[in-house]
Amino acid sequence: MTSNLIDKLDYDATFDCVQCGFCLPSCPTYLTMKEEKHSPRGRINLVKYAVEGKVTLKDLEEAIDLCLGCRQCETVCPTDVKYGDIYESAVEVLREKRNKKLDTRIMSLFLERNYMLDIMYQGLKLYHTPLISTVINKTKALDVLPERLGNMAAILPPVKKEKTQTQNPFRTKKITVGFFRGCMMDAFFSNINDLAIKILQAHDIQVVEIKQQTCCGALQHHAGEMEKSKKLAKLNIEALEKYDVDYYVNAIGGCGASLIEYDHLLRDDESWKARAEKFVGKVRDISVILDNINLNLDIPINIKATYQPSCHLQNVQHVFNEPEKIIQRIKGLDYKVLPEKDICCGSAGIYNIVNYDASMDILDRKMSHVKEVEPQLIITSNPGCHLQMLLGVKKEGLEENIKVKHIVEVVAEACGIR
Amino acid sequence: MEELYKALKKQLDDGRVSIEVADLSSYSFDASFGEYMPDIICQPMSTEEVVHIVKLCNEYDVPIYPRGSGTSLSGGPLAVHGGLVLDFSRWDNDITVYENDLMMEVSPGVITEKIHKVAESYGLMYPPDPSSSRISTIGGNLAENAGGPRCLKYGVTKDYVVGLEVVTANGDVIHCGGCTVKNVTGYDMTKLIVGSEGTLGIITKATLQLIPKPIDTKTAMLQFDDFITSGKAVSKILRSGILPSKIEIMDKYCVDAVLSTHPIENITADSESLLLVELDGHPLALEAEMKIIEETCASLPGCKMIIAQDEQQASELWEVRKLVSPAIVKFGPTKISEDTSVPISQIPAFFEEIERIRQAYDLNLVVFGHAGDGNLHPNIIIDKRKPEEMKRAEKAVAEIFKASLKLGGTLSGEHGIGLFKKPFMYNEFDEAGMKFMKDVKQALDPNNRLNPGKIFPDENERFVLVHDE
Ligand SMILES: Cc1cc2nc3c(=O)[nH]c(=O)nc-3n(C[C@H](O)[C@H](O)[C@H](O)COP(=O)(O)OP(=O)(O)OC[C@H]3O[C@@H](n4cnc5c(N)ncnc54)[C@H](O)[C@@H]3O)c2cc1C
Ligand code: SF4
Ligand code: SF4
Repeated sequence: MTSNLIDKLDYDATFDCVQCGFCLPSCPTYLTMKEEKHSPRGRINLVKYAVEGKVTLKDLEEAIDLCLGCRQCETVCPTDVKYGDIYESAVEVLREKRNKKLDTRIMSLFLERNYMLDIMYQGLKLYHTPLISTVINKTKALDVLPERLGNMAAILPPVKKEKTQTQNPFRTKKITVGFFRGCMMDAFFSNINDLAIKILQAHDIQVVEIKQQTCCGALQHHAGEMEKSKKLAKLNIEALEKYDVDYYVNAIGGCGASLIEYDHLLRDDESWKARAEKFVGKVRDISVILDNINLNLDIPINIKATYQPSCHLQNVQHVFNEPEKIIQRIKGLDYKVLPEKDICCGSAGIYNIVNYDASMDILDRKMSHVKEVEPQLIITSNPGCHLQMLLGVKKEGLEENIKVKHIVEVVAEACGIR
Repeated sequence: MEELYKALKKQLDDGRVSIEVADLSSYSFDASFGEYMPDIICQPMSTEEVVHIVKLCNEYDVPIYPRGSGTSLSGGPLAVHGGLVLDFSRWDNDITVYENDLMMEVSPGVITEKIHKVAESYGLMYPPDPSSSRISTIGGNLAENAGGPRCLKYGVTKDYVVGLEVVTANGDVIHCGGCTVKNVTGYDMTKLIVGSEGTLGIITKATLQLIPKPIDTKTAMLQFDDFITSGKAVSKILRSGILPSKIEIMDKYCVDAVLSTHPIENITADSESLLLVELDGHPLALEAEMKIIEETCASLPGCKMIIAQDEQQASELWEVRKLVSPAIVKFGPTKISEDTSVPISQIPAFFEEIERIRQAYDLNLVVFGHAGDGNLHPNIIIDKRKPEEMKRAEKAVAEIFKASLKLGGTLSGEHGIGLFKKPFMYNEFDEAGMKFMKDVKQALDPNNRLNPGKIFPDENERFVLVHDE
């Protein structure tokens, strides 16, 4: 019955694993659950066994569903196992097996259509209007939502949507970048995108906004909805290709990771392969650009801060040091390294909604490290992590003591940009 | 089994006992290439629980396989006869430091690296440092008597354990040794349990000795035109009055593999063999000692020496050694990591044997290891999906051990005998020697309850990588 499904599992990649276990201490789910099936080594082995008929796809489900897809295991693996490929193949196969659209169905509806985004945005705006949010809180309207959604809703930042005008047909400046806003990011954190653009412009970088851009496809991808993410990838490549820019810049660890793997996503599509490769060559995280320019970090920020990297920024985009290098250049800022900073915070797309309990265990571990450092500020580089850290701070009752900001916000502040 | 499971669940009802296929599969392997499905997984978190489990296993006549992180390269924790895997990885948090006694007491699941870190936070050091220290547990280290590069100067795991709490095959709790460095009361049961690979008792607590942490280290790399000279260099350095903390060796295939992917400044791939030497101690002493090594090696023909000027340079040089394992898998997906020790003077001869075997069987066979103590790791890199290649590797492995024993060596320097090397046991020991060991096992575990199928070969057992059918 499932034989052709099983063929889709990336069996070959599992042979690169020598079962040394080096990946175990880097895996958030192994650290919190302490069970081999929730480790990268265990998951790889289960996929292999599934192909060999030693376990069924059903046996695979729990282990794969609870993987965050953070890919930290890839960066520490001495034999360079392509865990991402193995994981991805398993997610896709399981999705087909269950033969139903996942929880992301509504999400993708939102993400694919801009008008839906607008609706979402309106809804959020409403929620954050003081009156409405008082009403909601008073009537305990949030309680009807499951705890997970209630918690998430309560930490969503107020939505501000005032787009910076960026289109400028004349190339007068040194480098020109196309800005990728990302849909979730733009719904919740459009001010961060705006600040990013302002920082670039203030440092002589020409920014072009690409109107036709759409969702990066990351969430669909993680849910195993490959066809959808391929469609979105093509739309984005088409949109960005139209502009003669040096880089495609974004301020979202997760979306950037999705963009940077378009070549991989479209590898079997002859007519798109070369275009995708060219596209990927231009994708840059904002921190890489900022690290390479002479930022006017004139205003001191006298605060103790720590940094929670985004998994996908690190493990997929391989941007490891730039954000910290920038942070360390900020005057007055007392930077303290977060213990286990490279371990995922448990946000991972919509993992924290779908696998709420597992995510909260990971977050609790993260917050215990935050409490060791006692920062006044946690710096992030991706909206998912940002929300998760806000939730962590709230859970610990530390809202008074700890702020959470995107690195762009911090740089803007230090540059005196509002 | 079903009944045992039910009985266990009464006490360990919070997800620490499982018969789910996904769990059983996840504990069916280690870092070797063996594969055996257990029937039950149990994750105890106290001595009482271990006793309880052992007693139940006796009642239901089920074998027990203790397990740490499953990084054994010899198949040590595999459930070869089915039964219960006793996984200690969850019991990883009991650590008590007796600072003024320079001792530490730990639970069996504590990760070796954590022991290093905690000791360091007291300005102390726990010397054993297997390359797997980030993941392996102290229980696994003790059961395998793990080594590592630092053994040359400091000795192996057994040299730092002064006391153990052990659950015996019938469920008694015994204490061996104590918490003093010197202790000659009665038989040395501590040393008997250490290195017994989980076949004589289950370690539930260990008292470890710590030493003052050396203030500084200094590294040098020596490149040679031929093995013989590099082998001579090892003895020459050790006879010069200096005891380095590490002397590591790599053959040209290892160096080639590393440099082809990670070019490192000043290091060329044209040497036949490469040594890395690390000294530790007081910075002033290190300067003087490094000079002596420099002078000692200056007279060796075709020897090029680089001395790291700072920590960064040192770590660049060590990079070559650290990258060997990952770099050599570029030759193929399956890595058979062997482990043998030869007398230091025989290292060059052993390298020559390896070259001969390499050519005779036409295999990617490389060798590196801890030259200072003669502990070498020949590695064969093949593809386990190719039975013909596996057959050649099988014969090569047998020849490697023959060569090592012929040169006065031993079957295992640090990875243990476990499942994979037991067919060779009679090559190293005679009947009387084997009987003596079997008598010990028989006396302490008459029902063969603990980790059966390990160390002792079945009758006429021979080494196989692939089965013929
Ligand atoms: C990449 C890599 C590098 C390595 N480098 C080295 C090295 O430099 N030096 C070295 O010596 N080894 C090395 N090893 C081998 C391995 O890491 C060691 O043998 C280690 O001690 C095993 O520890 P573990 O916790 O993984 O135990 P496991 O592999 O789970 O078990 C090992 C053995 O110990 C027994 N055991 C485990 N816990 C207990 C207990 N509490 N009571 C009784 N018996 C128990 C098991 O039954 C089994 O026989 C390496 C392995 C890898 C994969
Ligand atoms: S680190 Fe890599 S090779 Fe080692 S167990 Fe993990 S995935 Fe396998
Ligand atoms: S992707 Fe992250 S959660 Fe999944 S196995 Fe790797 S480290 Fe663990």
